[in-house]
Amino acid sequence: MIKARVTVTLKNGVLDPQGKAIEHALDGLGFEGVGQVRQGKVFDIEIEGADKAKAEADLKAMCDKLLANTVIENYSVSIT
Amino acid sequence: MKSAVVVLPGLNRDRDMIAALTKISGKAPVTIWQTDTEIPDVDLIVIPGGFSYGDYLRCGAIAARMPVMRAVAEKAAKGVSVIGVCNGFQILVEAGLLPGALMRNSSLKFVCREVKLQVANANTAFTHRYQPGQIIRCPVAHHDGNYFADAGTLARIEGEGQVVFRYAEGTNPNGSINDIAGIVNARGNVLGLMPHPENLIEPAHGGTDGRGLFESVLGSAQRELVDA
Repeated sequence: MIKARVTVTLKNGVLDPQGKAIEHALDGLGFEGVGQVRQGKVFDIEIEGADKAKAEADLKAMCDKLLANTVIENYSVSIT
Repeated sequence: MKSAVVVLPGLNRDRDMIAALTKISGKAPVTIWQTDTEIPDVDLIVIPGGFSYGDYLRCGAIAARMPVMRAVAEKAAKGVSVIGVCNGFQILVEAGLLPGALMRNSSLKFVCREVKLQVANANTAFTHRYQPGQIIRCPVAHHDGNYFADAGTLARIEGEGQVVFRYAEGTNPNGSINDIAGIVNARGNVLGLMPHPENLIEPAHGGTDGRGLFESVLGSAQRELVDA
């Protein structure tokens, strides 16, 4: 069993109103020195088998086809 | 005019759309289910609004990958008119049938109110019954209508007249770039818009400004019939 983590984040330059709201909320809680906050998504995915190279290629295809909207989002894949 | 309405789990504007199409075209649309792989011969396919698949992952993302959307894409490639309203617009951009993306409203709030729309291009199959630049009333109800496209895409769609509706008179409810409310594809046969013209088609709705959109498509379909 291969365990992977896919992280999807907004591209630079894409407005992130949710991140901005979190940024302001952190400021309101008194956390000083908080700069820009960007919100993203994390997917923990289990893949059967032991072929890490194939798993990585499959995960990238999953990102391109469904997990990320590459118009506005970047993704990264890490296999543990 | 023969029309079809795509019905997916979680959509909730399908009945309004069916009622509007029936009233304006005089013929009830056929309904197409998510697993259908073929769509009968129609002049117009409509994907109505709602919250398909609970808006999970991204609005419209799951619906865009259902078998029925491959059938919609095939019909669109053959030149059949396609309209996506609200969640239907989100599904069309997720499916790659329209450029750009629809993001969370800049206010972070769900907006449900009336806005003003400017007809930015009255020379399309969907808008020729309106005057160029005409301002119409239209309701909106959405949480993710904030249209975004990268600079190159934006310049292209603006330059090619693909921006069909803009929020007018300071009524942009979601922060969308260039006040974009509705766009067509390069070929001009696929329209996506966030507002709900199907909810303003008879006096009981409080106005009929939305009729022009459906009457335009109806007119285009009849013209093709005459040409053929």
